[in-house]
Amino acid sequence: MKIKITTEERKSDFAKEVEERSGIDVKKCYQCGKCTAGCPVAYEMDYMPNQIIRFVQLGLRQEALTSRTIWLCASCITCTTRCPKEVKIAELMDVLREMALEEGIANPMEKDITTFHEAFLNSVKKHGRISECGMLMEFKRKRPKAALKSALQDVADGSQLMMKGKLSLAPHDIKGKDNIKRIFEKLG
Amino acid sequence: MSKKIGVFVCHCGTNISATVDVEKVAEETKKNNPRVAYTTTYKYMCSDPGQKLLRDKIKEEGLTGVVVAACSPKMHEHTFRNAAVKTGLNPYHVEISNIREQCSWVHPDIPTGTDKSIDLVRMMTEKTRKDKSLTAIKVPVTKRALVIGGGIAGIQAALDIADGGQEVVMVEREASIGGHMAQLSETFPTLDCSQCIMTPKMVEAAQHDNITMYTWSEIESITGYLGNFDVKIRKKARSVDLDLCTGCSSCWQVCPCKKIKSEFDMGIGNRTAIYIPFPQAIPSKPVIDRENCILFKDARKKNIKPNDSKVCRKCIDACPIAPVKAIDYNQEDEIVDVKIGAIIVATGFRELEDGLYGEYGGGKYEDVITGLQFERLASASGPTEGKIKRPSDGKEPEIVVFIQCVGSRDPAKGCSYCSKTCCMYTAKHTMLYKHKVHDGHAFVFYIDIRCAGKSYEEFSQRAIEEEGATYLRGRVSRVYKKGEKLIVLGADTLTGSVVEIEADMVVLASAMKAQDDAEQFAQKLSIQYDKDKFFSEMHPKLKPVESSSAGIFLAGTCQGPKDIPETVAQAGAAASKVLALLSSDELEREPVVARVDRQLPPVFSTCIGCFYCQKVCPYSAIESEDIKARDGSVIKTVARVNEGLCQGCGLCAATCRSKSVELEGFNDEQIYAEINALEFN
Repeated sequence: MKIKITTEERKSDFAKEVEERSGIDVKKCYQCGKCTAGCPVAYEMDYMPNQIIRFVQLGLRQEALTSRTIWLCASCITCTTRCPKEVKIAELMDVLREMALEEGIANPMEKDITTFHEAFLNSVKKHGRISECGMLMEFKRKRPKAALKSALQDVADGSQLMMKGKLSLAPHDIKGKDNIKRIFEKLG
Repeated sequence: MSKKIGVFVCHCGTNISATVDVEKVAEETKKNNPRVAYTTTYKYMCSDPGQKLLRDKIKEEGLTGVVVAACSPKMHEHTFRNAAVKTGLNPYHVEISNIREQCSWVHPDIPTGTDKSIDLVRMMTEKTRKDKSLTAIKVPVTKRALVIGGGIAGIQAALDIADGGQEVVMVEREASIGGHMAQLSETFPTLDCSQCIMTPKMVEAAQHDNITMYTWSEIESITGYLGNFDVKIRKKARSVDLDLCTGCSSCWQVCPCKKIKSEFDMGIGNRTAIYIPFPQAIPSKPVIDRENCILFKDARKKNIKPNDSKVCRKCIDACPIAPVKAIDYNQEDEIVDVKIGAIIVATGFRELEDGLYGEYGGGKYEDVITGLQFERLASASGPTEGKIKRPSDGKEPEIVVFIQCVGSRDPAKGCSYCSKTCCMYTAKHTMLYKHKVHDGHAFVFYIDIRCAGKSYEEFSQRAIEEEGATYLRGRVSRVYKKGEKLIVLGADTLTGSVVEIEADMVVLASAMKAQDDAEQFAQKLSIQYDKDKFFSEMHPKLKPVESSSAGIFLAGTCQGPKDIPETVAQAGAAASKVLALLSSDELEREPVVARVDRQLPPVFSTCIGCFYCQKVCPYSAIESEDIKARDGSVIKTVARVNEGLCQGCGLCAATCRSKSVELEGFNDEQIYAEINALEFN
C-alpha cells in the first residue's frame, strides 16, 4: 500500500468528513490495539479495527470504505466500552457503513449483510419483534444465491430447532407493536 | 603483642541464617582459631542493640580487632567502624567478612553455605591480625567554587552556590552566557518563552556579588585535588575592553562584514564581524571575530600588528568612548590563576552535525533544517522575527515534515542512545508551527513517542488531538528535491504502507551529542566518560552528580541528554554537594590510599622511578619527587602519591614492578594472610 500526501489531497479531508458525520474525534486514537484485542469477530476481518481507525486518521477513504471489517463488525460495542481514549469505535463502523452505501463502493459481501439487516428490521417493524422464519424467508428470497449455498444446512438446523420448539413457522406479535411501528415511521 | 579478636556473626534476619548455620560458624571459628577471643551471633548486627553488643564486648573482652560476618562492606562497614570508634578502638581494626551477597544468597543449602562462611571468616580474621591503625587524612579547603559552562546548568549551579554564601568563578567559552536554552523559542510542556525565564537568571548571575564571570574564556589547565585545585583560565582576546565598553552598539552597526553566518542562529541568520551573539547577551558587550574581520585578515596577510592595519577601522572610529577607545585590536589572550575548592562541570552538548544523514539532504537542501534551527525560526528574536519562513525562498511552508530520531537510536551512525528531548521538542515544534501557520499541516515520523515526564504525555497528545499534527510510525528512508518541493519517503507501520509526502520544509530532530572536545576536556580534568563521550557519573543511582574524581561534580547535558527541568534539578543537586563540601574548613578522607615506600639511607626508597604507576593511575594522583642530598643534588627520583587525589583503587600497587607501592588497609601482608588462611585449610 502507498499513501501519497500532497498539498491538494490534504484539502479533501476524509478524516474531517468522518468526524463531522459521527461526532467522533478519531485523532484521539493512539493505536494501542485494545479494540482489536477484544473484538470477537476480528479473526474474520481483513483489517483489524484499530487499522480501520488508522485509515480514517490518515484519510485513506478507499481502504476504509471497501474493507470487509466494517461489515463484519457485529456492533457488540466491546471496543467502545473498553477503549482507554473513549473513541466510539462501533459507532464509527456504523458511520463508515453508511458512507460506503452512499458512495456505492462497498465490499462485495456488503449485499448479503445489508439484505439481512433489512429483513431483520422489516420483521421487527411488522411484528414488534423478529419472526425467525419470516425473516429468513425474506432474506433468502432476496438473496437466492446465498440461500442456495446454505439450503441443506438450513433444513438440518431448522428442523432440529423446530423439534425443540425454538422456531415457529407462524409469527408472534408483541403487545405494543403499533408503538414500534410509530418509531419506524418517526425515524423514516 | 598478639591481637584479641572478636567475631560477630549476623543472622540478617533469615537472609544469612536460612542457608548458613551461623551458630556453627561462630563455634568453629572460636574452636580453630586461638587468636579469636570471643564469638557470638546476633539477629541484626546493624540494629541499635546489635551495635551496642559490639561496643560492650569490645570493652568487656578487651578486644583489639573485630570481624563482623555480615553483609557487604559497602553496606555497613561504615556503621560498625563508627560503633567501634566510640569505644576508643581505631576503626581500621574492624573488618567485614561478607557472608551474605556472595555466600548465603547464592548457595542453596546449609552445609555449603556454612563451610564457605567458616572459610571467609577465617580469612578475614587472619587479615585483621595484620591490620594497622590508620588515621583519616585531613585536607584544607579553598572556599571557592568553579563552574565551567554558562548555560542553564552552569547558571543555576552558580546561583545556588552564590546564594549559599560561597564565592563562584564561572567560565564560559562563548561571548555570552545563556547556552542552548537562550536559543530556544518556547519551552515544553508549558510553552513559556525561553528568553523570558532565562534572561532574568542570566542577569541575576551577572550581578551577583559572589559570582565572578569570565566569558570568551576557556580552562587552560586544572591541577591539584579536592579542596585545593589550581585552575588557569585563558581569557581569549576579545578585542574589546569590558570595563570601558558600554555596549552602545555603535561599532556593530557600522561593521561592513554583514554576511557572516550567526552561530547563535545556527547559520540561518547573519551577524557582523564585531558582534554580540544576541540582543539579550550577557555581557552585552561585543567581541571581534578575528577570522572574518577584514582588518585582522589584512594584518595577517601583511604580517603586521592588527592595530597597524589601515583597513576599515570603522568600529574603532565609531566607538564613542574617549579618550581611550573601548576597542583594542592588539589585545592578547590573558591567563588568570585561581584557587578553587570544588568544581562543577556544566559544559553542555552540541547538536548532531549537518550532513551525517546524506539521505535526508541535511546540509545539502536549504529547507531541510535541524531542531535548533527551527527554534531560531520560531523565536521572536530570530532572523525571521518568529515568522515561519523556509530558508530557501522565504515562503510560508504549507506542509512541514518532522523526522524524529535523527542520529538517536541509530547504532549504524554511532549513536545508540535516545536523546530524550526530541519527542517533546518535536511535539512542541508542531504546535509552534500550527500556532503561526493555521492552515499548515505538520507530519511527524517517529519510532516511539517517548514522553515520560510530568505533563509530557498530555502535551504530546495535545499536539495530535488538538493541534492536528499527523504522527506516522516509521523512519524516513530518503528526502529528495523535486521542483520546489521536498519529497519525503517514509513508512507508516501501523497501516503497513509506504508514505510519500510532498513537503515544503523538513525539520530533523537531531540528536544531542557530547561536545566535540569532550574527550580532551575529560582528560584535562581526569574524569571518566562513556562510549558516547558524555561524562560519567560516579554511580548511576546513588551518586548521579559526582564525577569519578573527588571534588568535581557534573550538571546538565555534559553528563547525558536531558531536558531543562532535569538539568536545573541536577545543577541544584551539584550545587548542594559543593556547598556541603565548602562548609567545612578541613575535609576528612578515608586513609585508604596508596603509599610509595620510603626507607633509611642508602636505599631511600625501593621505587626505581619507572612511573608505570603514573601511567595507569586514573586520578592523576602520582607525582614525582626528587630525593635530594644535603647539598641539594638529586639522589633519586621516585614516585609519590598525592593523598588528596588518590581514590585507593590499587592499580598502582598492582602495576609496580619493584613492589614499592602499597595500598593502606590492603597491603600485601594483609592480602597474603587472607589467601594463606584459605590455602592451608
